[in-house]
Amino acid sequence: MAPEQIRQVVLDILARIAPDEDLSDLDDAIAFRDQMELDSMDFLDIVMELRKMYRVQIPEEDYENLVTMASTVSYLTPLLKDVDSPA
Amino acid sequence: MTNAEMYNSRIVITGVGLTSPIGDSLTDLRGNLLAGKSGVTEFETRYMPPVLAGVCHFDALKYQKRKEVRRGTRAGSIAVYCANEAVNDAGFDWENVARDRVGVYLGITEHGNVETENEIYEIGKFGYDTSVWSHHHNPRTVANNPAGEVTLSLGVTGPHLTVGAACAAGNAGFIQGLQMLRLGEVDMAIAGGVSESIHTFGIFASFKSQNALAHHDDPTKACRPFDTGRTGIVVAEGGAICTLERLPDALARGAKIYGEIVGHAMNSDATDFVLPDRNRQSQCIELALKRAGLTPQDIDIVSSHATATEQGDIEESSALAAVFKDHPNVAINNTKSFIGHAMGAAGAIELLGNIPAFDDGIAHATINLDHLDPNVPLTQIVANEPRQLDSVDCILNNSFGMLGINSVLIVKKYQD
Repeated sequence: MAPEQIRQVVLDILARIAPDEDLSDLDDAIAFRDQMELDSMDFLDIVMELRKMYRVQIPEEDYENLVTMASTVSYLTPLLKDVDSPA
Repeated sequence: MTNAEMYNSRIVITGVGLTSPIGDSLTDLRGNLLAGKSGVTEFETRYMPPVLAGVCHFDALKYQKRKEVRRGTRAGSIAVYCANEAVNDAGFDWENVARDRVGVYLGITEHGNVETENEIYEIGKFGYDTSVWSHHHNPRTVANNPAGEVTLSLGVTGPHLTVGAACAAGNAGFIQGLQMLRLGEVDMAIAGGVSESIHTFGIFASFKSQNALAHHDDPTKACRPFDTGRTGIVVAEGGAICTLERLPDALARGAKIYGEIVGHAMNSDATDFVLPDRNRQSQCIELALKRAGLTPQDIDIVSSHATATEQGDIEESSALAAVFKDHPNVAINNTKSFIGHAMGAAGAIELLGNIPAFDDGIAHATINLDHLDPNVPLTQIVANEPRQLDSVDCILNNSFGMLGINSVLIVKKYQD
């Protein structure tokens, strides 16, 4: 998947785990937690969804890479480079 | 006990919130009970053909965000809905209530089966890889979950717990609240019972294996307590929660008073895992009457527990016959015939659906009673059509459960 497709995957995950949030103006450079209600259990949902969807195992020491949309996409790009994008 | 202490120990119902297969408010539930409307429908469950169930249709988003619904449990949503409805109905100035003096006490038949089954189903899609088992599983399945979700919703910082009491749980929740008020542990109790049981296949499959799961071509006729044509239990979901207060507190704030809990009792059969015992049941009823200072002749309506299993119906009716043999005019009715067995919520819903009788004097019916089982030794059952009584001052509510747990509550029309 290309970075833009990965961004959409993460956006779709956020929409499922935070269904009350308006994500249309999400700023990729600002921490998720600073622009939406997202606690540690929600954050683990992001990790879990990626694990379920793409068998991506993200070790706890790498969680710091999932702070913003930009950092998340950057971190996932090499891990998902050989994965087909969702239909 | 001094007169002042006795006065302060009087516990009254001041607010009601409920959801049931035939109504998400007391007004709607009562209207459908008097109209004879069943809430039993066909229902899809996993791994087995469609079953019959009582399904609720309340709006969970009335008091929860979508994220809270997703994160919590169905029992939690039911509890949050009912508790908020009760608190609103009671007319509290909630922001100024001392919420560290509020307790939440909810009866449950079971909790966690739904969530565990869901997770096993989910990891089954991944070859039973436990690394995709949800981190939400534990907070969803801790036994206090439904009561805990109420505290989160209402900002209650006093005690909360669930009371595991099988199908006696609805009454048990009220009794726990009453006792905590009398002990001075809290100044207001949010008490009742909830159930999400229809969302696990296991409860249906287990009753099916026990030859105790109801079936009928017409779902509305499936639940038939006391009737020779009964085929077993219809499982339902639901919840019913009251705000309970000490009488002086309720009067001081000018609260509406639905009724006073004047008698209660719980005991155990100590005889069998599933089969009930008429002797212990009648003892439980008599203990509640004694504590209330009442005789059987003082009771106007008996809300029966009968689930439409042969032995359950016969044991309870025999217990009632023993206690009420000299009271031919008592009206015995049954709510499960309308909505099925709402498990942990059953006793609470069944009691509350009868409470408006204090005002309208009507005993709602037991529907689907076409051929009274000759082994049911009762002449006082209100069959199929509501019965207008001269007046209703006392309602006795039976609620019994597996492992031989019995509970009885007596509510009296409020009088000074």
